[in-house]
Amino acid sequence: MRLGYKIAKRFLKSNLGQTFLIIVGIAIGVSVQIFIGSLIQGLQLSLVEKTIGNSPQITITSITDDKRILDYDKMITDIKTADSNIEKVSIANDNAAFLEYGSNSQSILVRGFDIEQADKIYNFINRLKEGTYPKNENEIMLGIDLKDEYGMKLNDTVKITTTSQKIVNCKVVGFYDLNISSINKNWGITTIETSQNMFDTKNSITSIEVQVNANSTFIADQIAVKISQALDNKTIKVDNWKAQNGQLLSGLQGQSISSIMIQVFVLISVVLGIASVLAITVMQKSRQIGILKAMGIKNSSVSYIFLFEGLILGFFGAVLGIAFGLGLSFAFTKFALNTDGTPVIALYISYPFIFESGLIAIASSLAAAFIPAIRSSKLNPIDIIRNN
Amino acid sequence: MNNMIELKGINKIYGEDIKTQVLYDINLSFEEGSFNSIIGQSGSGKSTILNIMGTLDKTTSGEIIIDGKNVKNMSNNQLAALRNSTIGFVFQFHYLLPEFTALENILMPYEIKHGKVTKEIVKKAEDYLKLVGLEDVKNNLVTKLSGGQQQRTAIARALINDPKLILADEPTGNLDSDSTETIYELLRNINKELGTTFVIITHDKRIAEKTDRIIEIKDGRINLDIIK
Repeated sequence: MRLGYKIAKRFLKSNLGQTFLIIVGIAIGVSVQIFIGSLIQGLQLSLVEKTIGNSPQITITSITDDKRILDYDKMITDIKTADSNIEKVSIANDNAAFLEYGSNSQSILVRGFDIEQADKIYNFINRLKEGTYPKNENEIMLGIDLKDEYGMKLNDTVKITTTSQKIVNCKVVGFYDLNISSINKNWGITTIETSQNMFDTKNSITSIEVQVNANSTFIADQIAVKISQALDNKTIKVDNWKAQNGQLLSGLQGQSISSIMIQVFVLISVVLGIASVLAITVMQKSRQIGILKAMGIKNSSVSYIFLFEGLILGFFGAVLGIAFGLGLSFAFTKFALNTDGTPVIALYISYPFIFESGLIAIASSLAAAFIPAIRSSKLNPIDIIRNN
Repeated sequence: MNNMIELKGINKIYGEDIKTQVLYDINLSFEEGSFNSIIGQSGSGKSTILNIMGTLDKTTSGEIIIDGKNVKNMSNNQLAALRNSTIGFVFQFHYLLPEFTALENILMPYEIKHGKVTKEIVKKAEDYLKLVGLEDVKNNLVTKLSGGQQQRTAIARALINDPKLILADEPTGNLDSDSTETIYELLRNINKELGTTFVIITHDKRIAEKTDRIIEIKDGRINLDIIK
């Protein structure tokens, strides 16, 4: 084996130009794989983040006729202990109402939150465009789209009419922007107390919202089942984002499959490239192999020469490819920027994925070297000696 | 004296559809420590005999006994090991590895046998380099050597594993007359000093006349066998 390695090294060194070209070929394959992989993973993560990052991934609602949850403090405790991946739990009291401002009117969803808890999920406070969040009785926060549409100002009063015709005047203390126009137009956010008083719902709420940690986003459905078991309550329903976003999920899955397809085809072309170049090397070196065999080298040792060539080419190709891939990725995130300075394409650099890509390249190079290795072991020295 | 190599009833036929017989019932043996030459016109079958003796080519029928061992039923790996330790080859076109230096080429058969080189063997290789007059160019790639230097490197390589038998196929075939003389003297000295058996194919009558035994092959048969 040692001799095989020594000869492989010398063969590669004796034709540096060719060796360099093969390594660059492998490196380009590896870098494309890393870049495409990081790009697709980045796109998926940013899509998931945008869609569900600032919203609950699991929602617990009531299936009773009045849709109300009463004993929620105990439920929150049970939820928090149901799974270690649960990070944020918040309550909401949602009720439909009618909003009037001057001569304008529209329907609105009044959402009562424990603002500080809900902020951990929705990130309201950071997404306030003007003013502050509701702290006192009859204060409300509206979306930036409503402000623009009706020309509202901070501290204006809006009239809220509930379905039971109760009229409450609320002071607008802030305008938020959740980046979704329908939410910006339709949600009026207030404190849990204001909403409970407004709609006369006393100590009840309509939903408990849960967010899991970033690594568990895609197992939200399993966590939902655990919560359901922990609560063991037939009057409630536990929903998760995966069940509610079938289309998004199939979109993500489609992306993953196309990413894997691209990577597989890149891999195939790399393997074919190495195999064909090494096959040519066997031809080029057939004279040397004939000489070595005449001197008594064993067939297995001759095979090692080409396996080591594959391994060496694969190793340097992978290392260079990782450098190219990372360079390309960083260049994209540094220089291809939106006007606000954020990258056009948010890449996700996953070191395990990069390491894996490198290993796959080395393994494929070794696999590609098998055919030439077998061919070389079958070479008969007399054919070389006789034909000079 | 024991026989170093013995050929019994060797026939060799090339081709599957169109058969060409190149050797007819060759019976031949060479004593240990002898210095022999095989002569004959091109196409007479002399190189085929040498390749068969070196286990590089297979016979159609007949038996070969090298150093007391019948090679008939040996596997490829056993033949490789036999070639590596018992036989040294010197070819007309030297067949050195162009990627390696003269010293590395000489050490190659030893490395094939033992997997690594020791200080002692490097010293021995350097002694052989001195013997063939190449100590100054030992670290040059063989492609940078002259034809005569390359052939002398090939001779040193053939000696490194202390083979009992050296088979040389026109070792001076593409050298000028001065180099031819030097190489011949070198082979003769090795034969005398180390007792190595030599079988040399040559078309050079003057060289053949200096050997102890001349065998002439004609149309695949032994035509003449002169022992001095």
